Amino acid sequence: MSKAADGPVFGVDGTRPVATDSSGTNHGLTTRLGIDRIRQAANDIGARLGRQISVAAGQLATTWRRSLQFRVAATTVVVTGAVVLLIGLFLVDQISNGVLKSKRVAAVSQANAGLDPAKARFNGVASGDLTGIRQAVDQLTVDLAGSGSGTGLYGIAVRSTDATVDKALTPGPAIPPELRSQVRQDHIAVQYSPVPQAGVARLTPGLIVGEPVRTRAGFFELYYLFPLGAEQHTISLVQRTVWVAGAALVLLVAVITVLVTRQVVRPVRVVARTAEMLAAGDLSQRVKVAGEDDLALLGESFNDMAISLQHQIQRLEQLSRLQQRFTSDVSHELRTPLTTVRMAAELLHNSRDSFAPELARSAELLTNELDRFENLLGDLLEISRYDAGAARLEADPVDLAGVVERAVYASSGLATRHGIEIRSHFGEGSAVAEVDARRVERILRNLICNAVDHAEGSPIDVQLGADERSVAVTVRDRGIGLRPGEAGLVFNRFWRGDPSRSRHTGGTGLGLAISLEDARLHGGWLQAWGERGKGAVFRLTLPRNLGDTLEQSPLPLVPSEVQT
Amino acid sequence: MKPRVLVVDDDSSLAEMLGIVLRSDGFEPAFVPDGSRALAAFREVKPDIVLLDLMLPGASGIDVCRAIRAESGTPIIMLTAKSDTVDVVLGLESGADDYVVKPFKPKELTARMRARLRRYDEAGGETLTIGPADSPVSIDVPAHQVVRDAKQVSLTPLEFDLLVALARKPRQVFTREVLLEQVWGYRHAADTRLVNVHVQRLRSKVERDPERPEVVLTVRGVGYKAGPP
Repeated sequence: MSKAADGPVFGVDGTRPVATDSSGTNHGLTTRLGIDRIRQAANDIGARLGRQISVAAGQLATTWRRSLQFRVAATTVVVTGAVVLLIGLFLVDQISNGVLKSKRVAAVSQANAGLDPAKARFNGVASGDLTGIRQAVDQLTVDLAGSGSGTGLYGIAVRSTDATVDKALTPGPAIPPELRSQVRQDHIAVQYSPVPQAGVARLTPGLIVGEPVRTRAGFFELYYLFPLGAEQHTISLVQRTVWVAGAALVLLVAVITVLVTRQVVRPVRVVARTAEMLAAGDLSQRVKVAGEDDLALLGESFNDMAISLQHQIQRLEQLSRLQQRFTSDVSHELRTPLTTVRMAAELLHNSRDSFAPELARSAELLTNELDRFENLLGDLLEISRYDAGAARLEADPVDLAGVVERAVYASSGLATRHGIEIRSHFGEGSAVAEVDARRVERILRNLICNAVDHAEGSPIDVQLGADERSVAVTVRDRGIGLRPGEAGLVFNRFWRGDPSRSRHTGGTGLGLAISLEDARLHGGWLQAWGERGKGAVFRLTLPRNLGDTLEQSPLPLVPSEVQT
Repeated sequence: MKPRVLVVDDDSSLAEMLGIVLRSDGFEPAFVPDGSRALAAFREVKPDIVLLDLMLPGASGIDVCRAIRAESGTPIIMLTAKSDTVDVVLGLESGADDYVVKPFKPKELTARMRARLRRYDEAGGETLTIGPADSPVSIDVPAHQVVRDAKQVSLTPLEFDLLVALARKPRQVFTREVLLEQVWGYRHAADTRLVNVHVQRLRSKVERDPERPEVVLTVRGVGYKAGPP
């Protein structure tokens, strides 16, 4: 911080005598005056703001990132502020210079005008006549003060280079020694320095013009003291005006920017909100479009997009409905004749004992193949229902133990025919879960049938497990198992591990695919593990409460004796 | 005397085949191919049991079902090509006692028909009372009558059987499977939705507020039981 900023603006310490040349400028002074003030103000404000800014920094950064409006407004304000600051500094500097320069010119010419009367006064006094000199000085002071009434108030001080004479003179206001030494070297000198003013106790900023007066009575120094209170006032006023106007301008620009960006940002925000609602499924949402500008174009394009989207989705929905309807109709149309055929076949089958052997066998084949045909039709319709998104869940809290028992019971006949034992293992605690018992039983039947198909005579283990949030059933066989990579394929439609193998159980090839869809409908998992020669495990995991997301299964997929 | 069966189905081949099967199984079938004439035929034939196709020309099977149920408790078995939950539940709610999905095996159909025709062997002059003390439901088993708040409640035979099964063992919780076996006479084959829908229908007739049942209570995760006597 410079010394000048510590004291009064026109402080004694901070001032420098200017060149004797009366046309010299005081550029340095006024510039420093403006900059110092601003620097001090900036430092004060900076210190106070610093703490608040550091507190709000995170918040501000977030707003900066998220709000285009804020970013544009802030940038505009900063740029405008800088420009206004520069212009303000320049204006204040120019005006201060102008005011002070004209005052100086006037002051110097005033001083020159007083030179001749002064010489005339002192010439009439003999050298060494102290009383005469004092009288002449008093007289001169009165004369000059009177003649200066037109050009503004000023004070007069007369000094002598002769110390004896100087002491005898009335001690006037203090004159800076630098100024005096310049005057003694016979120069007219000008210096800014505090001067006394009538009716004011403190010294005011002022301008002192010193003139050497060589007379027969000795070498005198004549000082004119011009108080610059009025000029100082004017400059302050100009400064205040410039800064207030600047601040107002910046504020105005900020408001304008905010308003203008709002015009752009608001429609964009409306579009964004509408897009969100569209995404959430409300396809009837549209943007209100007003005018013909670029933003209106955005709104129109957006609406066109929404309309096209809505049409597409409606078309797909209609297709889906048609598909469901078709499925339902095919179902009915196919099933009615099939029922007749089935009953006829059954009738023939029941009387086959009275037929010739070929006819009897034909009746048997007819009945058996009708079973397959029926299963296949049922599975195809089921899977097409999933494809059409028409499958619905009828979930109730059910104890899975009962479901497992029923599935095992239903498959026991098949297993016994193949000489395979099914062993059920029920864990401790209840396994009540919100499931569609019909679908879960179907999944389990499919898994058990599949295991019977591949068990190669080894026993099948069905295990039920439960934890806090989920229930699980694993079906394990120790048959041929799966080759690497096949665990992901087994759920594909009509997939066969080994195409040369025949199906014992008359599965349709859709059972596992349907089971997977059934599991997904519950928000559950259906997973397979298998290793060549070690058998396979299928694990069904279901959440206890419908809608919950599974995180883990209560039972391991890979059997413990295989895990290494 | 052979039980009379009214077959309401528009498919003539199926009707003819059903006729052969039913006659050979000891039923006496009558046929009507059109939904709009079904009710008239029902009044004329006075069947012991009705086989009703859900998809009919004229009135739909659902409407026919409601019309018959409005004037009689005669057992109705729906023949449906749709096993979708919505269709089945809609049929059951409109008053059918049971349903058979096409294509069905003849034995399955006749077994279900016989199960519906079989009545409880009503031994002794049994009267049961269940429900809240301030408004009990009293069941006169031999007279086949249910009374609550001095008003007679009209139940179909199946609903009556369901209520009696629950009321005979008031503290016991019945699973849906056990009820299917005891009331419908099925083992391991049928759909528990039958029980759910019939419990709802029963509640709508005997409960003061079906949303807050006092007579037929749900035991979450297990099944149903009769309210305390």
